[in-house]
Amino acid sequence: MLARIQLSSPVQRGQPMEVRLLVQHPMETGFRFDVLGTAVPKNVVHSLHATYGGRTVFRARLGSGVAANPYFQFWVMPEQSGDLLLQWQDDQGQKGEVSARVDVMRA
Amino acid sequence: MSEGARLWSRRQGLGGLLVCALGAAGRVQAQAPAITLDWSALYRPFTGAAKPTAARVSLITPRLADNGFSVAMSVRIDSPMTAADHVQRVVLLSNRNPRPVIADFDLGPWSGKAEIATRVRLNGSQEVMALAQTSDGRWWQGTAEVEVTESACMDAP
Repeated sequence: MLARIQLSSPVQRGQPMEVRLLVQHPMETGFRFDVLGTAVPKNVVHSLHATYGGRTVFRARLGSGVAANPYFQFWVMPEQSGDLLLQWQDDQGQKGEVSARVDVMRA
Repeated sequence: MSEGARLWSRRQGLGGLLVCALGAAGRVQAQAPAITLDWSALYRPFTGAAKPTAARVSLITPRLADNGFSVAMSVRIDSPMTAADHVQRVVLLSNRNPRPVIADFDLGPWSGKAEIATRVRLNGSQEVMALAQTSDGRWWQGTAEVEVTESACMDAP
């Protein structure tokens, strides 16, 4: 699954860092019908998990109320340099992940 | 085409647009009272017996969203985000969507800032609510009114 992650930079120690994530996903609600009249099965990214240096920093449980190609903006306060890893899974069991290296400057 | 004829057709076009806009507005108003659920039924699965206090949470949405398929929504909670006092959970609720729970987020003191933004689907004009639980277990809420000209749900009940 395609995704893009953007971080605010530079990151200073003790300062919150903005994380923006955009995932390419149709987020099918299960309420739609195709041209032949058959229902399109529900398929949404139901969970998203962010870890920083191996520790969970953000978690989201999502429903069909989240727009297609889900976008999230949240904050993380890194204590030291590390890797930010974002993982998610949809109803069909497909998984996606994206990671970014964060270098923390000493304030 | 003469200048006059061109002007005329442009005016007709504008008239057509106006009719479209009025038609859409009328439809929205006709839909509005259809299924507005009681908020308490929606937040009770999260808060239990507690009633969330209407404070500290600000939910920022456009007042008028011309497309319900993607409405920008951001939640900001007034919290120091320290280990002793922080926001641990944020829930977005809609009272007109077929599935009222839009999203459910977990935060912690490591977030640094209690702020989340996302884009949601809305089934028509409604009031949306953000619930937040602080580390002391208390629940807070904030609401916002959004007018949606085109619903995200064409086939949904």
